[in-house]
This record gives sequence, structure tokens and C-alpha cells, in this order.
Amino acid sequence: MFYREAGDFKSTYAEDQALFPIALDRWFVLAAAVMACGVPLVASEYWLSTIFLPVLILSIAAIGLNLLTGYAGQLSLGAGGFMACGAYMAYKFTTAFPELNMVVVFALSGLSAAAVGIVFGIPSLRIKGFYLAVTTLAAQFFLLWLFTKVPWFVNYSISGVPTAPPREMFGVPVTGASASVEARYYLVLALTAILALLAKNLVRGRIGREWMAIRDMDIAAEIIGIRPLKTKLTAFAISSFYCGVAGALWSFCYINIVEPTAFDINRSFAILFMIIIGGLGSILGSFLGAAFITLLPVFLNNAPALFNLQISSTLVSHIEFMVFGALIIFFLIVEPHGLARLWQIAKEKLRLWPFPH
Amino acid sequence: MHTWGWRVGEFFHTFFAAPVGGIIEAPLFFLEVVIGGLMAGVMYSLVALGFVLIFKASGVFNFAQGTMVLFAALCFVGFLEMGAALWIAFPLTLAIMVALAFVVERVVLRPLVNQEHIILFMSTIGIAFFLEGFGELLWGGDVHELDIGLPDGALFVGEILIQQNDLVAAAAASIMVAVLAFFFHYTRVGRALRAVADDHQAALSIGIPLQQIWFIVWAVAGAVALVAGIMWGQKLGVQFSLSVIALKALPVLILGGFTSIPGAIVGGLIVGVGEKVAEVFWGQALGGAIEEWFAYILALVFLLFRPQGLFGERIIERV
Amino acid sequence: MVGEKNEALLKVENISLAFGGVRALEEVSFDVMRGEVRAIIGPNGAGKSSMLNVINGFYHPQKGSITYKNRRRAQMKPHAAAAAGIARTFQNIALFRGMSALDNIMTGRVHKMKRGFLWQALHIGPARREEMENRAFVEGIIDFLEIQAIRRVPVGRLPYGLQKRVELGRALAAEPDLLLLDEPMAGMNLEEKEDMCRFILDVNEQFGTTIALIEHDMGVVMDISDRVVVLDHGKKLADGTPAEVRGDQAVVDAYLGVARG
Repeated sequence: MFYREAGDFKSTYAEDQALFPIALDRWFVLAAAVMACGVPLVASEYWLSTIFLPVLILSIAAIGLNLLTGYAGQLSLGAGGFMACGAYMAYKFTTAFPELNMVVVFALSGLSAAAVGIVFGIPSLRIKGFYLAVTTLAAQFFLLWLFTKVPWFVNYSISGVPTAPPREMFGVPVTGASASVEARYYLVLALTAILALLAKNLVRGRIGREWMAIRDMDIAAEIIGIRPLKTKLTAFAISSFYCGVAGALWSFCYINIVEPTAFDINRSFAILFMIIIGGLGSILGSFLGAAFITLLPVFLNNAPALFNLQISSTLVSHIEFMVFGALIIFFLIVEPHGLARLWQIAKEKLRLWPFPH
Repeated sequence: MHTWGWRVGEFFHTFFAAPVGGIIEAPLFFLEVVIGGLMAGVMYSLVALGFVLIFKASGVFNFAQGTMVLFAALCFVGFLEMGAALWIAFPLTLAIMVALAFVVERVVLRPLVNQEHIILFMSTIGIAFFLEGFGELLWGGDVHELDIGLPDGALFVGEILIQQNDLVAAAAASIMVAVLAFFFHYTRVGRALRAVADDHQAALSIGIPLQQIWFIVWAVAGAVALVAGIMWGQKLGVQFSLSVIALKALPVLILGGFTSIPGAIVGGLIVGVGEKVAEVFWGQALGGAIEEWFAYILALVFLLFRPQGLFGERIIERV
Repeated sequence: MVGEKNEALLKVENISLAFGGVRALEEVSFDVMRGEVRAIIGPNGAGKSSMLNVINGFYHPQKGSITYKNRRRAQMKPHAAAAAGIARTFQNIALFRGMSALDNIMTGRVHKMKRGFLWQALHIGPARREEMENRAFVEGIIDFLEIQAIRRVPVGRLPYGLQKRVELGRALAAEPDLLLLDEPMAGMNLEEKEDMCRFILDVNEQFGTTIALIEHDMGVVMDISDRVVVLDHGKKLADGTPAEVRGDQAVVDAYLGVARG
């Protein structure tokens, strides 16, 4: 009864199509935002740097993949490749133009990834489904090889894995080892919030409907006047933009090093798992999935200690694989719309609570 | 600074003249590379074969086929290390693969029947992860040497050097294809499988039980995976990276077409030869290790021109 | 009720279409006058759906030409046809199952919405205004089709008859000049059929939309169409008013006679 839409009347279409049409949802989002801003006050540095930062950054990547796979229905196994693209281009941009504002650098690296995404999206005009999965694998393997083998991308650094150069915003260091974890957190949080909002706007407008139309029935979409190639390439470009920004943030604000292994094929799978578990076609689900996939290994590593069990870390990593695999199958069978749908069901139940009907 | 003319000349030299010159100068070496590629290609074909079997009969794109290869090899080598004889380890592993097929059909495929292909595909990614973790949980994540006493060492045919275990692999692959062909054409189950592949609905309506068919085809694919796993393991050792190498069966399928067994064979050979030749003669100019992506890019380019694969059928879309 | 402006909106001439060796259409010619309700009938496999697919550019005929709005061409791209004002519904409902009824109908207005993705991402100013204007238009269609209550329901969950109605709504949202309906009443009960007939006639009268429809129910065809073209085995058998067609001996033999026993 407390969570309700009854009595929440809409008098214009604008109100009806608002981001969060139900009043209580708006309060919820506001509360979440306030909490997110307050996290550094309460959380330890360990939690900030090993949980919150990666969860936020991976949420961006998951949103990106969700736009492409969950909304536009184009399966991609190459998210890691596009993240790498963003990371390496961010390194190139900020070393070539040290004075450039980091937000601009991140945007530019996202745009570079978008350009690459368009190139690898071109085959999607003629192929779908599994075929596309294979061509996105091509992106994954080729891009990683490219960044590893061409020394230009790392400015001919001897080690091949340069550290992220320190940069400041408003006089505060935000990247590199010298930046405080709080500063990095707030930068990442701000970018995540903005990108999530933009994504939400995209999917509720014309472009989102075009994507979903292509996903649900591409032939009918074409016949009612949606251009398949343009729509798919837009999805590839925007998705890759998000992945690119996420990759750049990963290297510059999280691991402080530009290295290829952070973006290998396992990263691509992890992000795919995030959107399956979080919910295909849901922005909220991208966050839930990123949090879930990041927290699960932490939990698995710490759980044995809680029960006074001695389990080696390699064993835990094997179990991790099994749990991920089993969870994917479980969610696909039981709830293909993932955690986001469970959340929605909870809300619907709450709407009727405490009356059963 | 070099002139443009010099640059173009150098480009031509590195990417065309030098490699092609190398081929012409040493035709025997080239032939050796090609044969090496063919042998590697047979390995890809073995993995791709399992994909095709499952795809033909159920329309499921089994991403886990590569992991099944790894899993079968791990079990096999695990039994050997426990001291089992070959003739015990082989049927034991085979039984495990059949049991696996049973579990997969019951737990994963049956609840997902009538779901979209893409959902089934993603569920096989889940299977792949589970199996990988499970296999290593059981047998450990180290590299296991696998030696089943196949002839090892090199052989000279004329002046060309050939690895003997490559020959064995090729022979095993040929035997397996022959057995499969026999199975599909002369057994009742095989004919039922072909019927299902042609038309699900029609097959169902004449009383072919779909679930049983799925179980059988996954079991057969498991057997294929075991043979492939033994061959791969013999050559490279049984290790985690097998499942990544096995991913190359995907571009093989794109070249050959998802539903064609000859396609899987030919596609595997093309990819094997293509990447070996590219690596040996062009790899240096590009910075090396182009084997990692060559197959995928080849498949991508190929898709632009012939999306249905070499042996696939063109689909007429209807509304 | 033949259109006041007595000119052909669409003219297909000598269309031949084959898939491999199978001939779907052979030398078919007919026209559709502005403002009329034109029925295409014929037994199963006569090439009716193929004909619609040719008209809106999904199939490309090997021979013949299409003249639409006085522009003659050999073939069109589907989205070009849509942009030129040809909308359609499908024999087997082709809605976007994961989307709500409202969103489905909104997709019908894609080519009325021009704002690029940057505006859309920001969702301010022109993009927002555009969204609201189109929403208002779509709400008009929702009222017209009497489906207000199911706006937010994912169409996959709707019963068959309502899905057909949503699909009609999506086609209408494009404000088409020519509306192609592929068996709009297939599988409906009598009441649903009557509703659908009423909608079709209302669309034709209120918006002046020209309609070409495929239908198997002869009663419906004879009632609502101005002229009928009969196809059989990919060839045109007869063309004329319902009364003329009904009297045509070839038609009776090939189609009505068989169908009616």
C-alpha cells in the first residue's frame, strides 16, 4: 500500500513519459543518489577501491553491452575489445595533449571505440545471432592483438604496459597512482550517473524503440520504415562508446595501468553475464548485474573463512566458474529478464501489500 | 624522412614481394607449412564436427563444444593418471560424456525448449563455464601430458617433413567421419536425426521423440569431443587453453556453413592452412602471433560475401 | 464509394516474380484507385502475399514495374516504400513482442520523428516536443481502435484479436496513403470480424486512406471492397467489382466453386 501508483495521476503525456513516473520511484532514485554520494564518508578505502569503483565502471560497460544485446538484439562477445580500445586511446590522447580535460579525454576515447565499433558492426547487416557472435570475437581477438603488438599505442614504452599518467581536474588529481580513491570515485560516479541517464533517455525514445523493433522482428521493422543498417550501426556505435569510456576509466581510475589482460575474452564474457543475470533490456539490470558479478567472487573467497573452512584460492576460482555457469543457466531458464525483473516483481507485490489481491 | 615512393616500395616488399618470394624460393618448405596447416585444420574440423551435429539436429549453437573437448580430455587423462589402462579409460570417459549429454538435455535444454535460439546459445555459454570449472575442480588446472603410445616423431615423405601424430589425427578424423556417415545413413537413429534436421515439426508429427534425439546427438557430440580431445591433448598437452583454441571452430563453421559436415571439414582445413601460411610468411611483417585472430577476420570478411557459408543453403525470408 | 479523385494511386504492371524455379507471380497487372478499398483474393499459394511483398519493396520482382504516386520504378526498398506512405499489416502477426502496445504503435511513427540521437539522449527541447506530439497522435489512434486499457501491456501477452488491432494501429500511425492489409480477419470470431470491418471502413472514410487487402472471408470481401482482383497460381484471373467477379465463370470454377463446394 505504501508503494503505489493509484492516486498518482498524470495530466500530460510528458508526465506519463517521465523517467520515473511513479512518485515513490523518484524518491528511491534520489535516495540512491544521495547514498552513492555519501559512500566515501562511511566506506573504507578497501571497499571503495575494490568494490565500488569496479562495480560502477563495469556498470557502464554493461549498459553499453545491454544497449546492443539487450535492446537491439545484436549478440556481442567483443565488449572487452572495445574497452581496450577506449583505454589505449585515452592513453594516446592524454599523452599527446596533456592539458586536455580528462572528461574530454574519456569522451574522445569513447568516440574512438565507437568508430571501431561501427566497423565491426557492418557485418551485422547481413548476419545475425551466432554469426554475429563470431564476428565480434574477431573484434575481441584482433583489437587485443593490435594493442599488444603495435608499440605506437603505448608510446613505444619498454615494458609495454605503461602506467596511467597522473591528471588533475579542478586542481585535484583524479587519475594515476597519486589520485585519492575518493576523487576517483566521485569522477567515476558522476560519469556513470550521466551515462546511465543518457542511456535511459535513449531507450525510451525513438531510437530505443527502433532497437527493440529490430530485436523483436527485424523484417517487420524494415517494412515499417526502420533502416536496419543505420539502426544496428547506431547501436554498435553507442554501445562501443560506453564500453570505450568504461575501458578508459578502468585503466585510468581503477587499475592505474594500461594493459591488455584486463580486457581479454574473459572480460567480455563477464560483461555478457552481467546483463544476462542483471536483466537483458534493462538499465537498472546492468547495475545489478555488475554488482552481482563483482561481489560473487568476493563472497566466494570469504565465505569459506566464515565457516572455518580451508579452501585454496585456485579451488575457489574453479568453483567461481561453476557458479557463474550454473547461474547463467538458472537465470535463462527461470527469469530471462534477470534481477531487474525480480526487482519489478517485488515492486508489484509491494504495490498490493498487505492485501493479497 | 623517406620519400613516399620508398615507403610504397617498402610496403610492397614486406607484404608482398618478401613473403611471395619466400614461397617461390622454397616450395618444399611452403608445402611443409601447408601440410602442417592441413593437420592443424583437421583438429579444428574435429571440434567443428561436434558443433555441426548438434546444430543440425536441434538448431542449438553449442558454444560449449570446445569446453567439452577440454573436459573429455581432462577426464581421459585423469583416469590414465590414476593408473587406468587405455581400454578402461576410454569407455569410462565415453560414459561420462553420455551422462553429460543426459544431464544437459534434462537440466538445460528441456526447460528451454521453444525459447529463442539466442537464449539457447547463451545457455550453452553457461554450460561451457560450468564444465570448465567442474573439469578443473575434478582434475586440477595444471597441464597434463597425454601419451597414449601413438607413434611420435617425424617422418620424411620425399623431402617433406611430416609429424607422425598429425597423420594419426588425420586418420582418426577420417575414420570418425566415415563412422558418422554410416551412422547417419544406415541406422534408424541416424535417419531419425536427419529427419529432425530437415523439419522439426514434421519429425515430431511422425512420432520421433525430440528429447531423445537431443540426448543422442549431444552424446554423439560428446564422443566426437573425446576423440578430438585425445588428439589435441596428444599434440599440445591437456590444458586450459584448449578451450580457447577450440573457439576457432566458430570461424570454421562460418566458412563451412553451420549445417554441413563436409563444410566443417573443408572449413577446418582452410582455416588451418590459411593461418599457418599467414603466420609463417606474413606474421613477421605484422608483428607475429597473427594466428590469434586470423581465422576470425577471415570469417568476417567471408561473411560479407557469402553469409550462408560455402555449403550452407540460402534462406528465403517470408512474411 | 470509389475515390472522388479518379486516378490510380498504385499501378502494378506485368509483375513476374520467381524463387529459384518456383514462379510466384506471372505477368500480374492491376491498379488501385485513390480512396478505394481494393481486395486481392485467391486460393492459398496464389501469390497474394507475394504481391503485397512486391508492392512494399520486400521482394524484388524479376520483371515488371510499379507506379506509385505517378512515379514508375522496377523496385523499391522497404523503408523507401514506408517513407512514401505505404504501410501494412501481416498475415502472421508481426508485432514487436517484447514491447508494449503503445511502443509498438509509436514505432509506426519512426519516419515522422527526425531528431538525432544526441537530442534523444538529452531528451530536452525539440526531441521532447517531438516525442510528445507523436505520443498525442498515437493516443488518437489508441482511442480510435478502443485499446486504451491495454496501452502498457507487452503485446506478447495480448489475445490474438487485440494483437491484430494493435498491428493495424501501428500501420495507421504512419499516416499511410496506401494501407496494405494481409488477411486482417484471419482466425477471428464473428464479433471480432465485425469490429475489424468497422475499423477498416472508418479508416477509409475518415482518413481517406486507400486500402488494399487480402482476405479469405468472401462475405467480408464482397461487403467492404469496391473492386476485387483474383489471383490463381500467380496469374490474374479476374478483376472488377464484387458483383462482376462473383459472376465470372473462371473465378467460380477456380476458386469460389471449390471453396464453396
